[in-house]
Amino acid sequence: MSTANDSWAIEVKGLSKSFGAKRVVDQLDLQVRRGEIFGFLGPNGSGKTTSIRMLCGLLTPDAGRGQCLGYDILSDSARIKREVGYMTQRFSFYEDLSIRENLEFVAAVYRMPRQRTVVDEALRELGLSDRQKQLAGSLSGGWKQRMALAACLLHRPKLLLLDEPTAGVDPSARRDFWAEIHRLAASGITVLVSTHYMDEAERCHRLAYLAYGKLLAQGSPTELVTTSGLSTWTVIGGDIDRLQHELLQLSASEQVVPFGNSLHVSSADGAELERQLQSYFERPDLRWTRDQVRLEDVFIHLMRGAADNYAEGAAR
Amino acid sequence: MIGRFSFARLGAMVRKEFIQVRRDRLTFAMMIGIPVVQLALFGFAINSDPKHLPTAVVVEDHSAFSRSLLASMQASDYFDLVETHARIDAAQGMLRDGDVQFLLTIPTDFARTLVRGERPALLLEADASDPAATSNALAVLDPLVRSAMTAELRGPLASLATASAPFEWNVHRLYNPEGITQYNIVPGLMGVILTMTMIIMTALGVTREIERGTMENLLAMPVRPLEVLIGKILPYVLVGYVQVLVILLASHYVFAVPIVGSLAWLVICVLVFIVANLTVGITFSSIARNQTQAMQMGFFFFLPTILLSGFMFPFRGMPHWAQMLGEILPLTHFLRLVRGIMLKGYGVAESWPNLWPLMVFTAVVLAIGLKRYRQTLD
Repeated sequence: MSTANDSWAIEVKGLSKSFGAKRVVDQLDLQVRRGEIFGFLGPNGSGKTTSIRMLCGLLTPDAGRGQCLGYDILSDSARIKREVGYMTQRFSFYEDLSIRENLEFVAAVYRMPRQRTVVDEALRELGLSDRQKQLAGSLSGGWKQRMALAACLLHRPKLLLLDEPTAGVDPSARRDFWAEIHRLAASGITVLVSTHYMDEAERCHRLAYLAYGKLLAQGSPTELVTTSGLSTWTVIGGDIDRLQHELLQLSASEQVVPFGNSLHVSSADGAELERQLQSYFERPDLRWTRDQVRLEDVFIHLMRGAADNYAEGAAR
Repeated sequence: MIGRFSFARLGAMVRKEFIQVRRDRLTFAMMIGIPVVQLALFGFAINSDPKHLPTAVVVEDHSAFSRSLLASMQASDYFDLVETHARIDAAQGMLRDGDVQFLLTIPTDFARTLVRGERPALLLEADASDPAATSNALAVLDPLVRSAMTAELRGPLASLATASAPFEWNVHRLYNPEGITQYNIVPGLMGVILTMTMIIMTALGVTREIERGTMENLLAMPVRPLEVLIGKILPYVLVGYVQVLVILLASHYVFAVPIVGSLAWLVICVLVFIVANLTVGITFSSIARNQTQAMQMGFFFFLPTILLSGFMFPFRGMPHWAQMLGEILPLTHFLRLVRGIMLKGYGVAESWPNLWPLMVFTAVVLAIGLKRYRQTLD
């Protein structure tokens, strides 16, 4: 049943999907190691949700092949469903059922042994034992997300697919959530999580960046920063707004982004940027420091490249 | 283990659906309210003038009068003489099974007693369970036969063709002797209300999951299509029975409709009909993309059901092609069943001709539903 390499939880090649004339996922190659937290990043509409749905058998790929937990994604989706926990972007448990009833439904559908005990334990771990009779629809966003995660984990899946699980959740709940994700990964569960948050991206072992359905980069956060070849400078002082406007005119400056009282200037061509900035370096009212390149800079850089390619493609 | 049907998973689906039906108070109240309101509104009868009603004749007197009488009946639009050489017991069976609407018996010595001026009696038995279907035909029968007789009464017999008829009519309105409209309408309403509520409620079943976004989750779990479809049907069987109970109580205490046949058999036949309608609903639900579409399909099915089943207009009054269409509809068969059981005392044997079409209908529709049920979000 399992393919040659058992160390991959997910291994797909050339995965493609179109809706009508629109190619939503284009030739996606993805490799996710067992037990790692794999981040899925990309702007809205870049094909993240579609890719995740193809991995767990909710959508049939137009082209491509691969395996998920050793099962063929095209022919064995029934087995994949049994061992994967999929948390949808939108809360998709029953709002007119209580927390307990939802969990009981999931336990029964997966034909778990000792369902009552399993549900009791899950409720206790969630800290929802007292509110188990409350309707799921009346929970706040953060609690809904915790309930959904508990429900996805109920059948002890080997792979978790989380589609923007922390959208609309407050920072402290998000921190708790990520602590839980790391605990799960440490226990051997593979986690694939899509997100828009950069701090969350940095918590992942490895990342993939998608735009317009294409995979633009894959690797650990440090690898992505290094291979991007970007250089970043930070400047404080002076009239920030005017300075930003001026710096944007420079041919070498790719991104000029204000952060509070400072500006971040980055470019793929570091040497040229330094040459063009020379006159600004000499201004006494400005304090320049060489800064670390951040993931956000890398992704925006990747996005621009992709947008250009897309425009060229369209013009042809 | 994975691909096969699991009763445990079906149980989980049913429990979940039950809780959801119970929590949806407004819908539940509607389902009980609809029968009450409908029963209250349908206090009136819809009249029509059906023609070509199948008639059997038992001729025990082979005379010129008999032949002339049959010829004039044949010539009128109202009667189709489907059987003119029937034996009395066979003919009565036809009437009971609904094969004919009327049974005319011309007694022995009709001609002789007529000539003697002794006013012999013709016996007409009518299936009056649907009064609208028989009343007009009965009204034309007397003048029709009289003119036929007058033509025969010539010469020395001319004196008999006077103002008062030379013979008598014995009309037996069987199954609904007083021609009470409610006897027909109230059992029929049971079928109409079940059709309407069962189809609409289940038609929303799968599409509601799609619109609320819960379908994505359900599809990501290892449930089989058949488990989902049956799980969504079963709770409504109970709801259907609650409606049947309301209607039966009303028909007994408010409209005083008799139940001649077995109540237990009625309850079993109702189940077959409920399941047939629920399958229609769930199949619409798996074909439709959203709840609005599902509702539209429900009404699209409901309208011909009301018009062609024989509820609104007498079935025999419709043109042939409309009757063919009507024969497909579950309500057509259920109306015959429920009227047959409540008014004529149908048992298993008499019910079977209208029971198997319901079963075939259910199987075909469920197969379509399963084929169209989407296991992915494609």
